[in-house]
Formats: sequence, C-alpha cells, structure tokens
Amino acid sequence: MHKSLIIDAGKCTSCLQCEMACSYEHTGAFNPSRSRIKIIEVGHGERSIPYTCTQCADAWCQKACPTGAITVNLATGAKVVNNSTCVGCKVCTIACPFGTINFDQISGKVVKCNLCDGDPACAKVCPTDAITYGDANWTGMDKLRASAIKTDSGNQATA
Amino acid sequence: MAWANNVLRVNLTKGTCISEPLNMEWAEAYMGERGLGTKYLWENMDPQADPLGPDNVLIFATGPLTGTMAPTSGRYAVLCKGPLTGAIACSNSGGKFGAELKFAGYDLVLIEGRSESPVYLNIVDDKVELLAATDIWGTTVWHTEAWIKKTHNDPLIRVASCGEAGENLCRYACIVNDLHRAAGRSGVGAVMGSKNLKAISVRGTKGVTATHPEKFMDVVHECHRVLAESEGRKALTELGTNDMIDMMQEFGGLPTRNFDDVQFAGTDKINPSAMFEVKANGHRNMVTNKACFGCTIACGRIAHIDENHFSIVNKPEYRMASGGLEYETAYAFGPLLGVDDIDALTYAGYMTNEHGYDPISFGGTLAAAMELYEMGVITDADTDGVALNFGSAEALTIMSEKTGKGEGFGKILAMGSRLMCEKYGHPEIAMHVKGQEFAGYDSRVLQGMGLGYATSNRGACHLKHAVFDEDMEDISGNGKAEPCKTSQDHVAAMDSTGLCLFVEGAGMNIGHFVDLLSADLPTSWSQERMMETGERVWNLERRFNLAAGLTAADDTLPKRLLEVPAPSGSGKGKVSELAQMLPEYYKARGWTEDGRLTNELIERLGL
Repeated sequence: MHKSLIIDAGKCTSCLQCEMACSYEHTGAFNPSRSRIKIIEVGHGERSIPYTCTQCADAWCQKACPTGAITVNLATGAKVVNNSTCVGCKVCTIACPFGTINFDQISGKVVKCNLCDGDPACAKVCPTDAITYGDANWTGMDKLRASAIKTDSGNQATA
Repeated sequence: MAWANNVLRVNLTKGTCISEPLNMEWAEAYMGERGLGTKYLWENMDPQADPLGPDNVLIFATGPLTGTMAPTSGRYAVLCKGPLTGAIACSNSGGKFGAELKFAGYDLVLIEGRSESPVYLNIVDDKVELLAATDIWGTTVWHTEAWIKKTHNDPLIRVASCGEAGENLCRYACIVNDLHRAAGRSGVGAVMGSKNLKAISVRGTKGVTATHPEKFMDVVHECHRVLAESEGRKALTELGTNDMIDMMQEFGGLPTRNFDDVQFAGTDKINPSAMFEVKANGHRNMVTNKACFGCTIACGRIAHIDENHFSIVNKPEYRMASGGLEYETAYAFGPLLGVDDIDALTYAGYMTNEHGYDPISFGGTLAAAMELYEMGVITDADTDGVALNFGSAEALTIMSEKTGKGEGFGKILAMGSRLMCEKYGHPEIAMHVKGQEFAGYDSRVLQGMGLGYATSNRGACHLKHAVFDEDMEDISGNGKAEPCKTSQDHVAAMDSTGLCLFVEGAGMNIGHFVDLLSADLPTSWSQERMMETGERVWNLERRFNLAAGLTAADDTLPKRLLEVPAPSGSGKGKVSELAQMLPEYYKARGWTEDGRLTNELIERLGL
C-alpha cells in the first residue's frame, strides 16, 4: 500500500518549516530556495497553500523525459529523478501541468519530491498537520469524515 | 557555521556596495542581531550625529539563528540613532525578509550616507545594485513590494521598505517587510526615508548551515515538541497577543484616554472574542492566523473589515484581508483613544502597515491631540475640521490616513507627542519616555514595567525587559530593581539570537537557546555567557545614549504617572514608585548615582 502527502491548505500558517526540512533533507542546508515543496501565499496571507508533486500514476514528466531518467520507486510510488541519466533538458518541466518538477541550477538536474523514500521530512515537521502522510487511496478521508459527521441526521435508516 | 561571514557596506553618497568579512571578535562578544548591530553602530557613527542627516548609520542585522530551522528564526533588527528619541533605536521584525537576507549570504547590511535621488537596494546573492526608485517614491509599502516583484519578475523576492511616512520623515515611521511585519519603533523608517532609500529587496539561494547540523536538529525537534505541548503557545496561536487586553482590563493596567484611566468599558468589543464573533450579517473580523518565518506559534492575525463599515464603504480596495489586530495596536487605537469600533481599529491598522508608521506612537500622539482638543488648546481650525474627541472612530480612521500620507493635521501628528505638545505649549500632555510613547501597560500598577520604561535605551518600550510576573504578584515597587536589570540583560541576549521573544512565553527557556547556539556556532554557549552578553549589549546601548547627550534626567516618567493616582483597578490610588526604584536600579547596574558607566564596568564587560 502506498502513502501520499495529504495537504490541507486551511491549516497552513506559512511558517516554512516544511521548506527548511525539505532542503535540509536533500541539500544539508536550510535553504527554502532549494525546497521541493513550496508554500504559496495568497493576497496578504489570507490563504497559504503547501504545494508539491502528487506523484501522478500516469506521470507527464516521466512520459516526456527523453532519457528515461524518471522512474518509479516501487516501494513508495514516488516518481524519482535519476541523476546519472538526467541531462537537465527540462522537457519534463514543460510537460508537468502543475509546476512541481523544476530545474536546479546547482546540480544541473531537475528536482522533484521523492517522498524522502517513504518518510517525508515536510510532513514530520509540519506543526499544524497541514501536511500529513497517509493512505494514498484515502487522501480525502479527513474531509469525508468531517462531511459525514456534519450531514449525519442522527436517525438510523430502517428497512 | 551559521554565519555567512559577510557584511554588506552600502554608501549611498558614493553609490558603493562593498562586502567585508564579519568581525568575528565582535560576533563572539555581542552575539548577533541587536547586540552585534549595536557594536557596529557604535564603531561606525558619531552618537551626536543628526538622526535625519547623512551621518546617521542604518543597520539591518540578522542573528546567528536567523534563517535556521530553530522556531521563530525569521528575525532581524534595524539599528540607527532614532529620530523620535535622539537615542539608539533598535527595532526588530519578523516575517520572511530577515531569513532571506541571510540566505543571500549577508549577516548584516550597513547603510551610510544619503543618496541624491531615491534608490532601492536590490540583492540577489552576490549581485548587489542600487537601482532608481523614482517610480516607487511617494508610493505605499504595499505598492512598493508589488512593484519590485513585478519589475524583477520574481514573486519570491522579499522586500523591506519605508512608506510615505518614512519619506515624509514622520518621527515614528517604521520599516515594513512582507506587507505587515515591521521594525516598528523609534522612527527607523524616517531614517531610511532621509537617506532616499526606498526599499531593500532580497533573493537568497545560499542557505544556512549549522556548525553541528545533527546536534542542531536534535535541539530543533526538542524545541518543536516543547512549543507544541505548551499552554502558553496554544493561547498565542488561538487568541493572538490581543489576549492581553482582557488581562490588562481586569487587572486595571490598561491605559485609557491618554492615561486618564486604567480600565476601559469597551474592551469586549475589541478583544479576541470580538475578533472571532460572527455578526448578524455573517461578517467575522478574524480570517486566519499566520506565522513569520520558521515560527510554529503563528500569533499573527489576518483579518478583514466589514464591507459595510464607514471606513471602507467607498474604498473597495480595502475589502481584502490583511494584517489584523495585535495587542499593542488594539490598545493604542482602542482604550488609549476611547474607541471601541473593531473595524475602525482594523482599518487604522491597515493604514499603519500600508503607509509605514508605528501604531503605538501614532495612538499615543493622537491621544494627546484628543486631550488638547478637549481642553480647547486646538480646535477644528487646527484639525482640518475633524472633531478630535475621545471615542471618535471617525477621528481615528481619518487621522490614520492623513498621518500616513502626510496630509493636513497628519503632518502635526507625525511629529510624535513630545514635539507636538511642546508646539502647543503643553508638554505635560505628552505621555512618553525619551520622546517615545508607551505600550499598553500602566506604570502606576505595573511598577517594574514603569522602571523598565524609564530606563529602556530606546524610550518607552515594553519589550526590553520582562518583569510581568513580578508585577502581577506585587503591585509595589519593592524589590523590582534587580529583576528589572536581570530581565533587561536576559532580553538583550534573546534579541541578539535571531529568534522571537515570544518563544519563552510559549514554552522554550534559556536552556534551549544555549543548546541551539552551541550547536549552531563554533564556540560553546552557557547561560552565564548569554547573560553577560546581554549585560554587555545593554551597557553599550547606554553608552551610546550618554555619548549622544542623554542623561539620568531622561530616565523618568511623565508627571501623570508619578503624581496622579490610578483611578481604578488593582492599583487604585497608586502612583509610580520610580523615585524609590531608580537609585536601586542604578546600584544593581553598577552605575554611578547619576546613571553613568564606571570605568570598572567598562573594563569588566570589555566595552
């Protein structure tokens, strides 16, 4: 069973702990400019939206890559960039409709979320649970539960 | 290590931007941010310089923890000689700008001279340029930030700028970063404006690395855990700093109508409950809470104004959400003016952010103007026809806009209470220390706070000491001198780290700071070293002020607090016991009886 990052923008305060954790995990430094997850602030901060790769089942980036550098980590389901074959052509960044795979000038390769091999650093540090890591088949479970409780009439249906 | 080992020296007169190595000897002795900035200021300018002249030096200083994963690591301090006070100014701010400066590879930016024409300083890692600000001069903080991001086609740029208030040399203009976080006090924005420097814009891609990364991360996780579990943290997250208004109301320490009273009947209309209340038309003031960089508390408020409110009914551009009420803004626009209209307070808060000026000093100055108006000293002829009565939400909203834009009576309000009241021949009406207006705590009931106000190196300020618990337990001035001195040193050390003071009330303690610093920096830290550093910082600030011409006579409070008893509350009938506390405080500091530093002290602290 795979897990997904489950994002609830309504809980995000834009503290950027996730961006620091991501950059520390992948570069060894606190450096939000190299984070693979970004917080998008709307207006003057009325909304803060954590955004990163959702690991498409049928991934545009993977299909577009001319060198076959993007493969699936079967253990996590993550689409992973293999640096030895990536030539930095950036075609995948054009193909991705979501902007979540990007070129890194320092390495000369593209970078994207790889779910930290199944233990995502961003989800671990998020103080408000705006980012959690859970069942990939039930990313809507929190909303489903909330909606079920809200719409429950209190009466048991009878035959 | 967490230092970038790089100081950017910008000379606006010559148009030069030169990098130099960070003076590590000073960093060891003064830590960073407030402390290190004070040392650089002391070594780089004449304290007798005109605060609004080219010889004033304006410093943006980060701390050793700024930009790290330690909670609340977004802070930077702005230092210069303050135009409101003539004393050292040190105002710190959160948001995201400070961390970005560190990511670009600068520990400190030091600005000298004055540009002939308006410029902004654009920093993209090693590329540093002074660019023409002609298109943004005369425009707001909000416009400036949007314009810079659009012009450089980069939404990730962080901007700190002065609004029109800074350009117009409003004595309490601030520097605003990230739209609604500010280095708020003592007029640092006017110094920026006087230099023809509109903004600093930064993009940084270099990152920050701790000296001992794994050890550092262990401490970070422990800090996260402590904050997550703390009741103090939960209260700050849920209620914000304005939770204080109910506490001060109940205690009777809430300055009301220019300190005529210490309790205000209208707090339930402007407190956190009011911010969360859903009105009959479905409007709720509070939108969400928001964090500064790295902060797992998120005490910041994002709020919006009821679109039917008179302040914005013809101004659709203010129907969006923006920075909402913090305690000091709520106090200075609410009780201090006798206004209980939450939308008017929120609107005036927008004005202070958009045009760039300090809400505390503005509230204090408008309160003095209202008293002068009710005394008949000033009339409608002075106030552009606006009736400046206590309790008038209209007066607040109109004057907040005029002050921001530098129009009409707003130009008089921009002088600050001391100069304004001197102008009208009633200096006793101005409620200030060293020219700076008071935060929302009355010195007649909070005695240690009063001593802290009187001795704060930047004029009246609630953030340079922390004897709140002692004051709540005992409303006398007995035994307040020593704790006041100790907490001033403690806070000076905290302010020099790059973290936010609020982490202490939210569960962290000095031990966490020691552990963070020791993992972050090449040399190890201890509580003793931190406290000695704080004492060193405090005394160097004092030395700056004495050299600037201030004396023990400036360590005082207005007569109203020394002679007119509090009319209600826990301290009913009491006045400030400053006369008793101040000599004890000088003694605790090891100063002479007239408040000067001894040679022995200067030598011990290595000043």
